Amino acid sequence: MPQDLPAGPKSTTAKYWRKPLDADTVKVPHGEIHIVVNRCKGCLFCVEYCPREVLEISEDFNVKGYHFPEVSKDDACVNCGLCEMLCPEFAIFCVLDEEEGGGEG
Amino acid sequence: MTKEATLEPELSHPMDDLLRMDRIPHIWCPTCGLGTVVTAFASAIEKLQLGLDDITVVSGIGCTGRVAGYVKIDSFHTTHGRAIPFATGLHLANPKLKTVVISGDGDLISIGGNHFIHAARRNVDLTVICVNNFIYAMTGGQVAPTTPLTANASTMPYGNFEQPFSIPYLADSCGAVYVARWSALHVRRLVTAIAEAIAKPGFSVVEVISPCSTLYSRRNRLGSGLDLMRFYHDNCEIKHGADTRELAIGFQEKITVGKFIDRDRPTFVESMNNWYGKVFGDEYEPYEGSVK
Ligand SMILES: Cc1ncc(C[n+]2csc(CCOP(=O)(O)OP(=O)(O)O)c2C)c(N)n1
Ligand code: SF4
Ligand code: SF4
Ligand code: SF4
Ligand SMILES: [Mg+2]
Repeated sequence: MPQDLPAGPKSTTAKYWRKPLDADTVKVPHGEIHIVVNRCKGCLFCVEYCPREVLEISEDFNVKGYHFPEVSKDDACVNCGLCEMLCPEFAIFCVLDEEEGGGEG
Repeated sequence: MTKEATLEPELSHPMDDLLRMDRIPHIWCPTCGLGTVVTAFASAIEKLQLGLDDITVVSGIGCTGRVAGYVKIDSFHTTHGRAIPFATGLHLANPKLKTVVISGDGDLISIGGNHFIHAARRNVDLTVICVNNFIYAMTGGQVAPTTPLTANASTMPYGNFEQPFSIPYLADSCGAVYVARWSALHVRRLVTAIAEAIAKPGFSVVEVISPCSTLYSRRNRLGSGLDLMRFYHDNCEIKHGADTRELAIGFQEKITVGKFIDRDRPTFVESMNNWYGKVFGDEYEPYEGSVK
């Protein structure tokens, strides 16, 4: 972990997401995460606010010397796009995984 | 160095089409919220399905002022405090363009404060996105007219004793027709607000509370930008339609966010056309811009 960026509890993010009443019947879209590793400046916004805790921070450094996010839970991304929206470096984005057949969610 | 880090092919990000890639990476510090605001702005353009030739961005000077240099649409980086008068001229020359001012609290409310109040009073059809990081960031953390009471700034080393402006109250009192405040963390609501503000005829103001990790946060020992995002998460209270007199921001106190004002009033050009239509009757040709 970078010294000045505590990993922090993720508990506060849970409030953002209520469980929809029809969650069991609705097909949840699935997303594929792409990370432009060398653009990242390790702010951790994406890691902290991903509602599915898909991301974790790497132990390795990118060329700028920052820890970058990595996908820690395969198939857990719901393509909500929040990481992409929050990233101040335009370094992470998600693409709807068509094969998994999202779109109805 | 890992395999991923070295072998990662240079991916193209969806934002790349909207950015002047020759100027990326941007200069903003790690955990600064400004990049997030740019993405929110781009998403609002997308949401409105605006062509990139239908919109223009004007910035003043400051860290926020650099936005104009990074977006790949017709954009203007003007002098300090003068984004609004520049944008007013641009708008009057071509009122069909959506003219958006993106600049900082110091630029718009301090040196540019007079332009702000008069553009609001005249209801010039502009959208103003004011990124409020509570400080003059670019020049080293001087006190701004938005710095909360008691907060530390380089020119207020013992804490700020000047009463700050509340941007929504100022905008409301001067006649803005759309006024909202969100934080950089409320990014989806921010996109909606920016889109609504752009679509709204008249003077619209979206204040964005955004982390300045290097100056505001460091001087006040508030941690990184992530810590400020956590602070927004825990301390922002959404109150649509709140009385703008009650939106003052105290140092590390609750921040009220939401859409506060959405009303209709004739714009500057409409007022002019209505009035001269009355005075000169059929002889008057309503003004629709000088650029055809
Ligand atoms: C006429 C003039 N006066 C002063 C400056 C120095 N100056 C540059 S940016 C700035 C303040 C910017 O503050 P703000 O608009 O809040 O932007 P931020 O950097 O916080 O995003 C000042 C005073 C200048 N460039 N021009
Ligand atoms: S798209 Fe949403 S669910 Fe997927 S990694 Fe990003 S924030 Fe998490
Ligand atoms: S939000 Fe962007 S810059 Fe921040 S850690 Fe994630 S990928 Fe890196
Ligand atoms: S000084 Fe503050 S506002 Fe400027 S880029 Fe750094 S963090 Fe952002
Ligand atoms: Mg500022």
